[in-house]
Amino acid sequence: MFDFYFEIPHWIRLVVQGLAVMLVMFPIAAACSMAERKIAAWIQDRPGPNRTIAPILAWVPGIGFLQRLGLFQLAADGGKFAFKEDAVPGHVNKLYFIAAPIIAMIPALTTVVAVPFGAYIDSAGKLVPIVLANVDLGILVVFAVSSLGVYAVILAGWASNSKFPFLGGIRASAQLISYELSMTLSVLPVFLWTNGPLATDAPGSFTGSLSLARVVEFQSQAGFWGGAWFIFLMPLSAFIFLVALFAETNRQPFDTVESEADLVNSFGSEYGAFKWSLFYVAEYAHMLIGSAIFMLLFFGGWNPLPWITLSDVAHFLGFAHLPIVTGIVGIGIFVGKVLAMIFFFMWVRWTLPRFRYDQVMAIGWKKLLPLAIANLVAYTIGIALL
Amino acid sequence: MAVIQVERKPLTFAERTYIPQIVGGLRTTLKHLFRKPLTLEYPEQRPVIPVGYRGVPTLVKDPNGREKCVSCQLCEFVCPPKAIRITPGEIPADSTNAHVEKAPQAFDIDMLRCIYCGLCQEVCPEEAIWLQNQFSMSGYTRAEMVNNKAKLYELGGTLPDSHFKWDKKKSAEEHGNAH
Amino acid sequence: MSPDILFYFFAALTAGSALAVVLNKNTIASALCLLVSLVGVAAIFVLLDAFLLAALMVFVYAGAVVALFLFIVMLLDTYGGDRKPFKKATIVSSGFALALLVLGLVTFADRGALETPAAEASATAVVPVGASLRAYGEQLFTTYLLPVQIVGFLLLIAMLGVIVLSKKFEGLEDVK
Repeated sequence: MFDFYFEIPHWIRLVVQGLAVMLVMFPIAAACSMAERKIAAWIQDRPGPNRTIAPILAWVPGIGFLQRLGLFQLAADGGKFAFKEDAVPGHVNKLYFIAAPIIAMIPALTTVVAVPFGAYIDSAGKLVPIVLANVDLGILVVFAVSSLGVYAVILAGWASNSKFPFLGGIRASAQLISYELSMTLSVLPVFLWTNGPLATDAPGSFTGSLSLARVVEFQSQAGFWGGAWFIFLMPLSAFIFLVALFAETNRQPFDTVESEADLVNSFGSEYGAFKWSLFYVAEYAHMLIGSAIFMLLFFGGWNPLPWITLSDVAHFLGFAHLPIVTGIVGIGIFVGKVLAMIFFFMWVRWTLPRFRYDQVMAIGWKKLLPLAIANLVAYTIGIALL
Repeated sequence: MAVIQVERKPLTFAERTYIPQIVGGLRTTLKHLFRKPLTLEYPEQRPVIPVGYRGVPTLVKDPNGREKCVSCQLCEFVCPPKAIRITPGEIPADSTNAHVEKAPQAFDIDMLRCIYCGLCQEVCPEEAIWLQNQFSMSGYTRAEMVNNKAKLYELGGTLPDSHFKWDKKKSAEEHGNAH
Repeated sequence: MSPDILFYFFAALTAGSALAVVLNKNTIASALCLLVSLVGVAAIFVLLDAFLLAALMVFVYAGAVVALFLFIVMLLDTYGGDRKPFKKATIVSSGFALALLVLGLVTFADRGALETPAAEASATAVVPVGASLRAYGEQLFTTYLLPVQIVGFLLLIAMLGVIVLSKKFEGLEDVK
């Protein structure tokens, strides 16, 4: 049925796949902004945006549901961003000012290549992850590329040539570096585990791997310890990673960079229209990638429940021989988990107040980093003794 | 008053990690997430206006349908922002209300000036001007925001009072001012 | 053919932006040129199949170190001022460095290839070192253990120096 697809040149296929993933990611990232508004409204006992609708569509029966969800508000906002005047203030450094939102988008949309988002069962009965580039360096590539995202904020803050954006840029650079350390240290036990004595590869063939798909494979083995998600095996790692993730994505309660109250939106203050919206799409894309990594590392990726793997479900429901169905179910489960995580982000945002900047630094360096190092040492000793 | 020194207890370990507090907060917000909205969807759903609300000033008629205003102009003079402008007029002799002294020929309230103080209502000897529960006025031009006499009566309607002052006066006159 | 073109492109990018780091009057622009230069180096690592090194290069240097540079530059509020006249020692030492560089380049161009310890083994052994995690780790903790330890020690000394320089010692006046 899809044979023609495999006959076109490899590089065209890669481009098509990449574009497909981006075309899914970009709207989800944009829709997150509406989800944010709706969840904020619901938590505050309001209905949220629920009026906008295109007059032609208003005749379609049953569309009122989408209208009340604010879907057309999202479209209207997007259209507004695209069509309103894109003013560049006179006092900014024009080159860097325009480059900043573009630089924001690059890591946001690039990191997705190394993130597996589903799996199917091939004819040999083996579970194959669905990923744009299943590189051995998996997590390292994601961390490396996403760490470049901070330059967008720094550049925007500096190029805006005014006080609050500048402060935001400085805060962003300090905060992201502080928490990157804890984040990296917190995932190391996971990779020690997947490369450790429990690795069941044929001797000699194994060269060490930081692949994210491999982590999920490890969480879908048979037996009590094999099927346990890493959240159960390494709760402290998961906690440190989660806290660092909140800080890295500049989400509440670590929202010191944007902090509307004291920095007036910081790096976004001089921006308007489409350039401004790019920053927000990039922020939500970062959240999506971060949530995806968190789900892969600690919540079993595309496995529906702990100790129940995707292939179990596929065999039980009898679609294991249909790779497309299995793939779609796997992607569905995974995307569902990621969106649940995004909901958690928003839920926390509308619950907690913001930390002060010095508190953010104190938590990062004095609490989280020692904790991450202690955690790493403990797991290293534990895994070595296995 | 005696000063009570409240001893500040040191935080427990659980409190210092801040996590039980976060979980408690999350539980509270989750409860609100599923609660019915407390808001009104304004143009369709209107708030209940409490009795005695002082909204847009209007002119009222008595139960007989007679306009109560006798254009004494007290409200015009008392109005602090000078929003009211009255042109007094005579009542035609063939009217059923010919016994009433006067009636306004024109009555304009400039709602761009009105401050909703209610002095006009307070000063009116005929209880003809009332601040009622109309609370939202809008218009595209300045002229639209000036309520003329027709508009004021449309907004005001009829006041179900039982004074019938002018009817009593008329009958008293007919009976030679004797009860 | 195409890897050659990519190599020339990234080499030019690296060298060009490295030059711009030195020549730029604006410190922020210099730091950003350094960023581009480091990314260029990472790209050259990729062309050499040293993916691990490339990722580490981007992660550590481009992702963290340059961000720190920018942070410091922004905090210190330095603007490119007038160039001070060079000291005699600077001129002598940079002339010496330039001479060394020219000498090295001439030697390299003359021989046409770098001297490799074991030319026949390099084809199988050198390539995977930067590419795979295990090979890299093994080399790091066996063959190159001493350099790693020395570098670590140097970094520790630098860190201690920074702490000593930046910490405000209580009661320092009493000592004086």
